[in-house]
Amino acid sequence: MSAPVIEIRGVTKAFGDLEVLKGVDLEVAEHEAVALIGASGSGKSTLLRCIDLLEDIDDGDIFLDSEVITDPSVDTVGVRRKLGVVFQAYNLFPHLNVIDNVTLGLVRAGDTNREEAEAQALKVLARFGLEGRERERPDNLSGGQQQRVAIARAFAARPRAMLLDEVTSALDPELVGEVLRAVRDLRSEGVTMLLATHEMGFAKEVADRVGFLHEGRLLEIGPPAQLLEDPQEPETKKFLRRLLEAGRA
Amino acid sequence: MAERGSGRPDPGVAPAATTARDRRLEREAVRRQRARRGATIAAVSTIVVLGGFTALILTSPGWDEVQRTFFSPEDFAEVFPEVLEAFWLDIRVFMVVEVVVLVLGLVVAIARLAKAPALFPVRMLAVVYTDVFRGVPTILLIYLIGFGIPALDLEGLPTEPVVLGGIALALSYGAYVAEVYRAGLRSIHPGQREAGLSIGLTESQAMRHVVLPQAVRRVGPPLLNDFIALQKDVALISVLGVAGEAFRVAQIEAQSTFNYTPLLAAALLYLCITIPMARLLDWWDSPERARG
Repeated sequence: MSAPVIEIRGVTKAFGDLEVLKGVDLEVAEHEAVALIGASGSGKSTLLRCIDLLEDIDDGDIFLDSEVITDPSVDTVGVRRKLGVVFQAYNLFPHLNVIDNVTLGLVRAGDTNREEAEAQALKVLARFGLEGRERERPDNLSGGQQQRVAIARAFAARPRAMLLDEVTSALDPELVGEVLRAVRDLRSEGVTMLLATHEMGFAKEVADRVGFLHEGRLLEIGPPAQLLEDPQEPETKKFLRRLLEAGRA
Repeated sequence: MAERGSGRPDPGVAPAATTARDRRLEREAVRRQRARRGATIAAVSTIVVLGGFTALILTSPGWDEVQRTFFSPEDFAEVFPEVLEAFWLDIRVFMVVEVVVLVLGLVVAIARLAKAPALFPVRMLAVVYTDVFRGVPTILLIYLIGFGIPALDLEGLPTEPVVLGGIALALSYGAYVAEVYRAGLRSIHPGQREAGLSIGLTESQAMRHVVLPQAVRRVGPPLLNDFIALQKDVALISVLGVAGEAFRVAQIEAQSTFNYTPLLAAALLYLCITIPMARLLDWWDSPERARG
């Protein structure tokens, strides 16, 4: 088996006295999708932010294609160009129209010229069902459309891996489906991804492995069927039972 | 609308539709009547208030004297062309200072928000600058720079009163405008910078292409507000004896004739600039525009 795309070794991260990650180990192989589940505050988002170097880790190492990316000497911009991040709150650029949201990174960060970038952006936007909306401002789109633009923006530069941070949590229930369809579409192409999610059914369907984060530790990880239906750890069982009671699983 | 009638038994579909239509017409008629009454009340009260106010002033014992010294039509006609010509200098000073202020304020604001440890002295300097120049009265600054710099007797420094006055204004307003920019930059959600970084932009690219354009849009109205103030404060450079400045010209006229009408002519010219700017500000700030 080839080396993992993302490798996380003993990562810890604290905000002041609050330890959010207490030593996490995780690997994401090429073409693999790993879903992280866990309660709010369990460290899912922080872990994703650490991988994209939006947070400095306190201890441990993170590797991207076997190269350490968490040393202070590393070119952070170069690392981020190889990763595509989708945020929970979309974080689209409201002053730019849809296509410029996508091309900004291609033109400024990559070495793509304007025309090439536009062509590339049109293609990726069409792929996520956004043809005809290219010149609209993000404010004029529904939440589901905005999140699909955000996915297109993150994917346009063909990153080595996608990091999806609860991409459906800010959406009205009827809009969740279209965003999940976009993620499924990436999945069918074999895009390597690490996603934090609250959608258990989706995690089961789309992920090769599901990991359960609890209070900053990855308590267990395994194939979805095993982790979601036959969890070994009492905390995992408790978490899944609570979800079941809330009607979310 | 149709649902309203469904509670009671309807004889048929057609009559129900007619009554719904009638009700709508009735409502519109009442609304029109109310609007008419509102307009009438507004007009009458305006006439009463303004008329009363005007009558009070015109019937005051000193009115004739006030009219002679402030509102003399002959004096006005005589000095207006001269004051108008002088006002052109005010406008030029204003425009040059405005551009300098926009750039200076932005540089200072960004310097203040710079996080790199190596930039600590720059940050310090920016803080001291805004604190000092915002805290000193503009007129004092004009005196200090206008008379202090030439007194240094150094080669290469400007000695023209109008240039020195402009520098003082730019330094004073630059400090205000820097704070306006800074508030704007800080009001942009940190998620915007992070989204910029995540697509592979550098810190300075994220500032330039993501944060700054949004911040500038947001601070347009308060910036315009400062420019209205700046436009008026150009008159302050008259204390340096700037020849040909509108307020200065009006003042000289007023002192030679013991008539203040020239000052009123200058005031009118300032209003010609500041009122359109105020309307522009209103338009910029209006909720309708924000949706666009």
